[in-house]
Amino acid sequence: MKFIQKTDPMEYLEGQEQINSDIMQRVLEAANSVEFDKFNATDVEHALSKDNLNLNDLQALLSPVAANYLEEMVAKAKATKERYFGKNIYLFTPQYIANHCDNNCVYCGFNVNNDIKRAQLDEDDIIKELKNIAKTGLKEILILTGESQTKTPLSYIAKACKLAKRYFDIVGVEIYPLNSDEYAILHASGVDFVTVFQETYNPIKYGKIHLGGNKRVFPYRFNAQERALMGGMRGVAFGALLGIDDWRCDAMCTALHASLIQAKYPHAEISISVPRLRPIINNNRINPRDVTECALLQVIAAYRLFLPYANITLSSRESEYFRDNVIALGVTKVSAGVSVGIGEHGGKDDENKGDGQFEISDSRDVEQMKNAIKNAGLTPVMSDYIYTGVAK
Amino acid sequence: MDKLNLGGKLFDSRFIMGSGKFDPELISACIDEAKTQIITLAIRRVNQDQNASITKFIPKNITLLPNTSGARDANEALRIARLGKELGCGDMIKIEVIRDSKFLLPDNYETLKAIELLASNGFIPLAYMMPDLVVARDMVNAGAAAIMPLAAPIGSNKGLSNKDMIQILIDEIELPIIVDAGIGRPSQACEAMEMGCAAVMANTAIATAGDIRVMARAFGKAVEAGRDAYLAKLGRVQNKASASSPLTGFLGQ
Repeated sequence: MKFIQKTDPMEYLEGQEQINSDIMQRVLEAANSVEFDKFNATDVEHALSKDNLNLNDLQALLSPVAANYLEEMVAKAKATKERYFGKNIYLFTPQYIANHCDNNCVYCGFNVNNDIKRAQLDEDDIIKELKNIAKTGLKEILILTGESQTKTPLSYIAKACKLAKRYFDIVGVEIYPLNSDEYAILHASGVDFVTVFQETYNPIKYGKIHLGGNKRVFPYRFNAQERALMGGMRGVAFGALLGIDDWRCDAMCTALHASLIQAKYPHAEISISVPRLRPIINNNRINPRDVTECALLQVIAAYRLFLPYANITLSSRESEYFRDNVIALGVTKVSAGVSVGIGEHGGKDDENKGDGQFEISDSRDVEQMKNAIKNAGLTPVMSDYIYTGVAK
Repeated sequence: MDKLNLGGKLFDSRFIMGSGKFDPELISACIDEAKTQIITLAIRRVNQDQNASITKFIPKNITLLPNTSGARDANEALRIARLGKELGCGDMIKIEVIRDSKFLLPDNYETLKAIELLASNGFIPLAYMMPDLVVARDMVNAGAAAIMPLAAPIGSNKGLSNKDMIQILIDEIELPIIVDAGIGRPSQACEAMEMGCAAVMANTAIATAGDIRVMARAFGKAVEAGRDAYLAKLGRVQNKASASSPLTGFLGQ
């Protein structure tokens, strides 16, 4: 039986914390009023001449006419990245510990209705994977699950993070949104970075593609980063899944969201990811449509110029060729040795325990990525971070 | 001889290299071309496996000046400093306490607390700070061994934006004043040294140059020239012409 639970995506569910914040309202107002076609060459040139860009400048750089200035945008993005980050490129890898999900999101391989092999790693499995990943030299790990509070409750995730902290300097999570006190529990378990993708900032489209589950609640997801910071996290990551809706508007909202969080929480370390839709098991028709590689590069350059101090992560969703060329042009972090299946780091004798969320495009291991970074004249960095909390 | 005294240790070079834009070529260029003797080092960059550690690229005869980069308050600074000591970085440490991830400006209030805390725990703290005379005096009283004001936001290459405030620190504070961020050109480094700064620190200006080695050399020379000019004492500045052969020279006694 298909699981459909249509409710108002703007209404909170019981137990979901509501916080005092006007950031969502400000982002949605910007989304409603922006007209990308109104920008002209002068607007783009003006934005490119500035050090500190405002919202209008960001919109100009994401506009259609800015595509004519891609070379200049990218050149400035490269120089800006080098000013703030030097030649450093940080490496990390995601570790999927479960793929159970309570949500019905039409574009996602984990969605509750999709017929895939489900799995969840137990403590021994997790340790085995962590050890294998640590052997590659990586120091940063991102723990991921599907979004199932029932199958993968907070206690399970917190335990996995404590285990991860034994082997890695930096532990981040990309899991279902939590209340601030729950984020505090994860922080005490060694986690300092939280990634939540809003997928699309268009609430109407959001409601149409998130048919059921807690993820359907747009504002609860939107305020996740703020609750994470309230829970003591050091940094938060943002991302729109480019290709779901108007990529220009979603990119603009992502950057504005991040900048407003930055202004309200000056200590927060901000990171942005630039995922595009990827094919999933049982649905190869899902693709990023009009988000071409040119468009993606325009987004990366606009992010870099609007938020020069933010990390920008380029995932293995993108091709080897694209990643090799883009790592020098504004991004600061790339994934390596990626396996999106459950249990795939367990060793060559292990069978894949659970299917992946999407198909990756670049499957190079850590050594290969390090070499690619060096070949681009850059320096691979595993970690430059000290956890000052106490993992309990 | 004119030496830089930092925490009781003497140096011939007054050009300090930052290592935040970590690149082996950058480090070797600054040592070979600019004759750098001190390289600052974020302890958070040391805490890695042996192959990846930045220290692998820094020769043993170079003095490492560790910093507390990554600390957001005094307690975190102490925690990082202690970690550095365990890693063999010694007692002298540059205090960096930053609670602003956008402009990376130092928090003078927390930095002052960190100076106090680290000094009382046996460290020799150097204070990276916004140039503010009142706070600098408090930092001196709290046990700082040097005051390190920023010339402009880190990585900005904007030069001596805070020139007047830095001059006041030079004139009023007896500890070494070391310009620590924002210097973008050799001429700006030279100017800072002419003003009386004890040393200049740079990183981005060299790291982002077209030719890293040549720029490192230019910085080394500029810092030396500025120091020589300071020691030679600059001539006065006047609003009217002053002929080198005076018109009244014909007058007798």
